[in-house]
Amino acid sequence: MERSFTKEIELLKLGQGETFNGEGILAVTKALLQSGVAYVGGYQGAPVSHLLDVLIQAEDLMGELGINAEANSSEASAAAMLAASVNYPVRGAVTWKSVVGTNVASDALSNLSSTGVMGGALIISGEDYGEGASIIQERTHAFALKSTIMLVDPRPDLNTIVNMVEKSFELSEASSSPVMMELRIRACHVQGSFEAKDNVASPINARNKADNPAGFLYDRLAHPPVTFKHEKQKVEDRIPAAQKFILENDMNEVFNGEISNHGIIVQGGLYNTLIRRLTNLGLADSFGNTRVPILVLNVTHPLVPEQISSFCTGKQSVLVVEEGNPEYLEQQIGQILRGADLQTRLHGKDVLPLAGEYTADVITQGLVDYLGQYDDAGIQGEALRDEAARLENVRANAQAALDEKVPPRPPGFCTGCPERPVFSAIKLLKEELGDIHIAADIGCHAFGTFEPFSMGNSILGYGMSLASAAGVRDIQKKRTISIMGDGGFWHNGLQSGVLSALFNEGDAILIIMQNGYSSATGQQNIPSSRSRTNNRAITGEIERTLKSLGVEWLKTIRTYSVDVMVDTLREAMTTDFNGLKVIIADGECMLARQRRLKTDNARKLEGGIRFETPRFGIDDEVCTGDHSCIRLSGCPSLTIKPNPDPLRTDPIAHVNNGCVGCGLCGEVSHAAVLCPSFYKAERVQNAGPIEKAVHKIRQSVIGRMSDKGDTA
Amino acid sequence: MTGVTRPLTVLIAALGGEGGGVLMNWIVNAAIAKGFPVQATSIPGVAQRTGATTYYVELWPEKTPNDARPIFSLSPAIGEVDVMIATELAEGSRALSAGYITPDRTTLIGSTHRVYLTVEKMGMGDGRLDEKKLYSALKKNAQQAVMFDAADIAQRKGAIINAVMLGALAGSGALPLEPDVFTSAIKKEGKAVKANLAGFSAGLEVAKSGGAGLAVDTAKQNISNQTEQELEKQVKTGFPPAVHEILLHGIRRLIDYQDADYARDYMERLEPFREHDPVLLREVGRHLAIRMSYEDIIRVAQAKGRPTRFNRIKDELGTAADDPFHVTEFLKPGIQEVCDLLPPTMARSLMSWGKNSGKLKTLHWGMEVRTTTITGYIKMKILAGLRWWRPYSYRWAVEQAAIDRWLALVMQAASVNTALALEVTELARLIKGYGSTHQRGSNNYQRIVADLVVPLLADPPPDGPERVKSALEAALAGPDGKALKQILHSTNPPAPVAAQ
Repeated sequence: MERSFTKEIELLKLGQGETFNGEGILAVTKALLQSGVAYVGGYQGAPVSHLLDVLIQAEDLMGELGINAEANSSEASAAAMLAASVNYPVRGAVTWKSVVGTNVASDALSNLSSTGVMGGALIISGEDYGEGASIIQERTHAFALKSTIMLVDPRPDLNTIVNMVEKSFELSEASSSPVMMELRIRACHVQGSFEAKDNVASPINARNKADNPAGFLYDRLAHPPVTFKHEKQKVEDRIPAAQKFILENDMNEVFNGEISNHGIIVQGGLYNTLIRRLTNLGLADSFGNTRVPILVLNVTHPLVPEQISSFCTGKQSVLVVEEGNPEYLEQQIGQILRGADLQTRLHGKDVLPLAGEYTADVITQGLVDYLGQYDDAGIQGEALRDEAARLENVRANAQAALDEKVPPRPPGFCTGCPERPVFSAIKLLKEELGDIHIAADIGCHAFGTFEPFSMGNSILGYGMSLASAAGVRDIQKKRTISIMGDGGFWHNGLQSGVLSALFNEGDAILIIMQNGYSSATGQQNIPSSRSRTNNRAITGEIERTLKSLGVEWLKTIRTYSVDVMVDTLREAMTTDFNGLKVIIADGECMLARQRRLKTDNARKLEGGIRFETPRFGIDDEVCTGDHSCIRLSGCPSLTIKPNPDPLRTDPIAHVNNGCVGCGLCGEVSHAAVLCPSFYKAERVQNAGPIEKAVHKIRQSVIGRMSDKGDTA
Repeated sequence: MTGVTRPLTVLIAALGGEGGGVLMNWIVNAAIAKGFPVQATSIPGVAQRTGATTYYVELWPEKTPNDARPIFSLSPAIGEVDVMIATELAEGSRALSAGYITPDRTTLIGSTHRVYLTVEKMGMGDGRLDEKKLYSALKKNAQQAVMFDAADIAQRKGAIINAVMLGALAGSGALPLEPDVFTSAIKKEGKAVKANLAGFSAGLEVAKSGGAGLAVDTAKQNISNQTEQELEKQVKTGFPPAVHEILLHGIRRLIDYQDADYARDYMERLEPFREHDPVLLREVGRHLAIRMSYEDIIRVAQAKGRPTRFNRIKDELGTAADDPFHVTEFLKPGIQEVCDLLPPTMARSLMSWGKNSGKLKTLHWGMEVRTTTITGYIKMKILAGLRWWRPYSYRWAVEQAAIDRWLALVMQAASVNTALALEVTELARLIKGYGSTHQRGSNNYQRIVADLVVPLLADPPPDGPERVKSALEAALAGPDGKALKQILHSTNPPAPVAAQ
């Protein structure tokens, strides 16, 4: 990884009484250190990548506290790390993006939850849900329910979050169960402050090792016959213990209000939005003083039935504000009310949407629809109607303000990205051979599904493209192409895709984008990343790995060589060889490369060492504004500008200052025989005297030639 | 406590790489310096540099008793944004359509420059959004709008756009934070302080003067070359003033492209249209000049060898006076481009060989020419010097004939009505580019003429102009030609005549 986290690491070193000012996910990281963890693991993914990135770089601090921080090869291996807390009284935490990461981890999680834990085991789950999400929209809640994992959903306030991390370890130990903390995107990125405590070293850790391994205890194995006992223990011992702990430690919070006939039960993560909505309706103030009683569930699993029924007793109605589908909380609360024979009317998804993010206006509408049904003292129907009308008005005006909406601006390949040329090549190949079934994958290359490429017939999970083509390849006349990143290859694709294809002698084409990092998540290292010290793969080369598995048709192509890529792809599509054909598209992540070049070039500039900076340009006069080049590229720095030619109206193509000179523009205009508008310009800095002299002579000769007879 | 009952809200819409996060931190740190409770969060998107990102700040505009902390929201609510900062025009418009800019409450700090969306850039003609429309909608719907080209200022000041936006925010007075509180935040952050302060001050000034509006395109060329005076006089005396500018541009272009005689040909070709509607005359004059200066190797070489070109590239690179630089051209001529320059008889036989052998499409010579070397530059000069030969070439013959057919068609349409003639004139827009692009455009043009225009002129319907216009739009809708095929089939049964 080319990025440095020096500033963040300093925040992790803060001691008792000092003020932490920073991001939510970093506060969680600090809270882990304050809780005395012995190990931390995880797999990168927004919005929790930072947790691990920072810890991995904080080698000194980890050493000092005896913490083993691992960048696991997948969420499954991260989850399996928690096994340390099964036998030993040590605390540990793992993190990943959910729901996808939880899916991958679920095998280990089920087994872990069956045996239960001795030391506190915490999973920090980054909920990639709602605006800005990059994955399928599902609830992590289901895993908590099925595996008996205690689920914490704290109010998005740094003090509460930090406190809840510390309490979660205690809850885990009190209930012998793993605990999962869900953090939404905005909570992970919220800037705030809290008063820090000293970091605590685990009693047993990497510096202070255990003398002996734990003795053999069959009860600690997820293996029958004890699994039958575990299943009972979950409901008979662990959940009740958790409920007792939650209640005694006030993990959930009740805010009373004068309108005691009604109440709201809300997931902790939605509390702040709810308060603002109530403020607008005249039912709360900006400091959280509410007129409607609120039960904040900082722990959403398990619920504490007596807490729910005591909150609802004497109330005509309650509203459950629960984001996502299905409505697990509402169902359980209904059951609790029925069981306690309480006649409180239950509202939730009758007034709130069944699915989708609970944004401010969605919650307002729900509150209006809920409270509008009751005309008790305290609820001002007029205020509700005014607020609803105001919202309606805002929406109508916004709709009317512009007659056509601005199309979305999805993220795309970076300027100079090495993956873009591969899609240019596939697009050219498709013009030649017709449409091709493309199995897409998770990673930066998924941007190939957007304009101008619009390619991909399926995305089935991280590293799953080749596996997902298995059912398609035999029902297609043409071969299929699967695209996978090197991150996805190591995460999963190696075994689910490559091995399965080889094992079944599948006739398939796989393109592996070898950019050297897990790029989409922030350029974390992967096993084939190059070490900065010796420029060799940290763990193993993809090419060697594939050869050793028996991949016979294997080519490594520089991604920017569009011509060669088209030829290679054509060969793969048409060759008589019927087995697995792998093309490694090789090109380092441009974001990482530029980050490194920036420092390198600054050093060279200062040290008087010669270096070149390339960029591309377009001759305004030559470009006629057809934009074929853009349809084959989509590079952010290849854009358009108003036509400077007074006779033409269509905008012409233009290379802006963001260009990093990757070379694709030249390659594409050659491969597609586009037009002669492009030129490459290279700036030489710190040139030697001879080079400078040669340049001077050339310029003066050219100058004299160009002055002559140009406008004859 | 004074009358404050709610926090002030700031929503920032930025693009990846514009420093939206830093901008957010500056605002947060300014508020902290004043002792105001503040909270910020973001949807930073993936780690990529493109795509829209949003940042959201809430701040309590005064100190609270006992440092009580308000419950801040983590996401913006429609109709409840006090300050909307949009670093790009379309992103501002997106915020408007979403309900984040409202006349009762929102101060808009918006940059008017464009970073085009991929779908806008992809269009075969002009796929851009209507900037004027976006601009006036924003201006109209914000309570106060400070709009100006912040990207341009940023570039001139060597700053990133975020500092300019911060300056404009300070200048708007929308938040109870004085300019020096912001400048302290910039200094405290300690990165590129000088450039950022320069950007900040520039933004501050613009905001104080109320914004600068949309940039007006003032790039107008003067025409005063001596050799052109005779033709200039002819234009000014014989043609209506509304068309002077375009015709003078045309003349100038064709003298540069070929010679003064060729420019005279241009005037002669326009002569029959002189008495027609000036709008038609102007459009014919515009397209005719473009068609007569068709793209060939000679013209490309001429453009690449212009004396001013290297200076322009040098500026682009930011190269110091005596630092070397290299320029490499990417050329890939094929049989077609070679034939363009051959005498017609030779070209025809070579073309037919190319067609029969399939080499016409596949045989190309990829060349990378370094025009900053003497030999590379000489190659360009030699090619550019072939101008005298042009009238004897195959391509010349083909183009001149095609131009005359097109003019005849326009004239025929003009006898029906001006609207139809204008649309037929506009069809010339399809013929542009090089190689396959030029081929595709010409084919589309010919199909529209044969399948639509010719039958339509034989029996003119009232909706003729609209039908030609929609055919043109369909042809420009996508390179696969699906839309055009559909429209030609739906408006007309395929005609058996192959015109042109």
